[in-house]
Amino acid sequence: MSDRRRGVGIGPSDRRRGVGIGLLAVGLGLSALPAVGVPAFYESFLYLIFSWIALATSWSILSGYAGYFSFGHGAFFGTGMYTTATLAASFGVPFLATLPVAGILAALLAAGIGAVVFRVKHLRGELFGLLTLAITFVLATIVLNTRIDGGPGVYLLGVPIPRLVASPAGTIYLLGLALAVATVWTAYRVSCSRLGLGLFAIHDDEDVAEVKGVPTFRYKLVAFALSAGIAGVAGGIHAVYVSYVTVGETFSITVPLYVVLMSILGGARHWLGPAVGATIITASLYAFTRGESAIIGRAVVAFALILLILLLPEGVLPAVLRRWRAWRPPRAATDIATPTGPAIEVTAGPDGHRIPVKRPDPAALRCEDVWKAFGGIRALRGVSLSVESGEIVGLVGPNGSGKTTLINVISGHYAADRGRIALGDLALSGRPAHEIAGVGVSRTYQIPRPFGHLTVLENVAQAAMFGPDACPLHQARVEARGWLEFTGLGRRAAALPPELNLHERKFLELARALAARPRVILLDEVLSGLNTAEIASAIRLIQGIRESGTTILFVEHVMRAVLELSDRVVVLNEGEVIAAGTPREAMRDPHVVRVYLGKAHAA
Amino acid sequence: MPSLTLLGQSLISGLLTGGLYGLLALGLSLSWGLLRLVNLGHFALAFLGAYLTYQLGTVARLEPWVSVLLIVPLFFALGVGLHVVFVRFRVAEFASLLVTFGMTVIIESLIQWFWTADFRRYETAYASASTRIGPLFVPTLEFLACATAAVLALATWAWLRFTYVGKALRASAEDPAMAAAFGINHRRQAFLVSGVSAAYAGVAGAYIALISTLAPAQMWAWVGVVFAVVIIGGLANPIGALLAGLLIGVSESLTMAVVTPAWAPLVSFSVLILLLVARPGRV
Repeated sequence: MSDRRRGVGIGPSDRRRGVGIGLLAVGLGLSALPAVGVPAFYESFLYLIFSWIALATSWSILSGYAGYFSFGHGAFFGTGMYTTATLAASFGVPFLATLPVAGILAALLAAGIGAVVFRVKHLRGELFGLLTLAITFVLATIVLNTRIDGGPGVYLLGVPIPRLVASPAGTIYLLGLALAVATVWTAYRVSCSRLGLGLFAIHDDEDVAEVKGVPTFRYKLVAFALSAGIAGVAGGIHAVYVSYVTVGETFSITVPLYVVLMSILGGARHWLGPAVGATIITASLYAFTRGESAIIGRAVVAFALILLILLLPEGVLPAVLRRWRAWRPPRAATDIATPTGPAIEVTAGPDGHRIPVKRPDPAALRCEDVWKAFGGIRALRGVSLSVESGEIVGLVGPNGSGKTTLINVISGHYAADRGRIALGDLALSGRPAHEIAGVGVSRTYQIPRPFGHLTVLENVAQAAMFGPDACPLHQARVEARGWLEFTGLGRRAAALPPELNLHERKFLELARALAARPRVILLDEVLSGLNTAEIASAIRLIQGIRESGTTILFVEHVMRAVLELSDRVVVLNEGEVIAAGTPREAMRDPHVVRVYLGKAHAA
Repeated sequence: MPSLTLLGQSLISGLLTGGLYGLLALGLSLSWGLLRLVNLGHFALAFLGAYLTYQLGTVARLEPWVSVLLIVPLFFALGVGLHVVFVRFRVAEFASLLVTFGMTVIIESLIQWFWTADFRRYETAYASASTRIGPLFVPTLEFLACATAAVLALATWAWLRFTYVGKALRASAEDPAMAAAFGINHRRQAFLVSGVSAAYAGVAGAYIALISTLAPAQMWAWVGVVFAVVIIGGLANPIGALLAGLLIGVSESLTMAVVTPAWAPLVSFSVLILLLVARPGRV
């Protein structure tokens, strides 16, 4: 299990320092090579590995972490190559000065593509892949047919290369090394940052990520631009390395396919995975494709690739790490026990659960004349209701009456067609879901939708991190642990959601919703599917939540819970509010009785 | 502005090239849409088919249609075999792309080993035969390729639309669990689809051998445009694949005639990008 916890930083700062020092040591060690005077051939070979490491690692920042497979990495690499080639060869700009330009242009191109493409709702992964591939071909055609290239290619032999060391080859080697180290460091920092956690959440369930406060559009855009920018710089350096740039070589299918292969082979969701994959593939291509056996060598490499993907689908590095952790005696529970961090106050909750005490102020939720239609089906027809600050309101009604739709509209998953929704004085209608989560509205799903590749603890920490009081990861983890204790999931912190049973998954939903420290919490049938004993403990839990100061709107079919918990009940039928009042009043309302039980004929 | 005759001629050649695009897209569209497997190896299989046709024609002196009769069952078996691997290792959509990429490289290497990287031309008596319609020429082989694509697309459409197996396949593609609950044996039908898809690659390969000059690396040249055709046509939509092939073929050849040949690739991919951005829901 523990292998899946990688990436989203385990120990906070000491581990980061460890990775940083490790990378720096490797970088400095390798940078001494030109000074020692190794043959230029080795410099050239190692440069190729560095270049591929930078490309594959940068690709994984969007595609590995967030799961949007781009086949357009060649376009950004090519943008960088032609930027440097054009600026240096035609305009005499110093080589080093062209590199930032190459990166920025590639990043802008990606941001432009992303701004159009990521607006498309429910963009399927393969479509994104092919779209980016198509853009590569379009760009190649444009470059080929305009003055940028025009056909014959661009020579960079005359471009002066600054002498950082004795030979130009050494300089290129050092630039490649620096870029590779910087890229791996960037990938590592992203993987244990807010951005990284957001991207991992997008990978697993983008809709839920948005509702849990992740600004999905912006994050994808940033990751895409960052990834493309690094590829652009790599292209700029490579232009000088090959010294003759042609469209056919630059925009070929090689770059997009190889970065995908390298990342998948090494492990695309691990910050170091693509670097491992890049090294393996570059080295084996070199080893097997020299001289006369080149054709057979290619086939052997391809066959090995097939075997690896079939046998280690998660990637080489994660597989090795898992085996290593299984073999090694567990490190004295330090990274399993409560993470170190600022102590937080806790108080006794129901059943002796401990609740993190930093309380939000509850706020009133108001819906006025909310309408929502799906094609011809009018799911909400002018719903008005209010939940006063600190109140528990039960929302009941027959199946299909619009209860879940109302929750989806309040949480921003759907935009209302008409009407006004406000939290306190703050208008919610019209805002994207992540902003609504950000001001303190949180919800649960009737069918739990945890992020499948994040541990239980990370699932809860994600919600804490992206809630109204954004906090750094290590603090979020401390709070998450508190909420897991509160919901009785403490022992399952390191498990992955698919290993949980329904009861535990329901409580995980609750823990996530609470971890955001919401001012209003929307509970969608948290009790359905639970047995009597579990219902009793859940009811106590919900009472505990209200006592800790949160406004609650809950949808429920279990009448015992509705009667025990609600201060007031609102009854929906066919998208309209048909009754509201105390539980007893509402349940005796003749209209409500008719809707639930049918007309009384014998009266 | 080029003459009307030139425009008419490029329209015809676009339609005929488009037919070949459609023929290649057909099998790809089936396995992607119905099995959720992105088979990059489709192009390698087509080229293997092309080289086998070439070999049987030039060395064994077999008529191309006899070669096709041999190739189709052989490739059907290859397709089934490939799917055995996919099922055995539970290969997912993206992993399938990578596995078939590896397969493509292996087949490319094999072809290069047997037939070398040199260009090969399969000369036949009817290679340059054509029919004259007024001022325009319709090359016979290209016309046959296009007609084959149309017949296969229609037959596949009818197969998916009207037979039990076709309906079962579409149901499984939509919701595998629910289809299984209604008693559909998806695995057996999946083998069938994979076999048929590979057999189509073989047929397309025979036409590639007859129409164009062969070189192993040429297989990559088809990847971009045919994938564009598959997506524009809609996954698992045989008629769509054919029409999209014709659309792309015509728009390319008209661009060649009106602007310059070099800008032709821009057209197909621009169509694809516009379509994806404007109507993402339809694919």
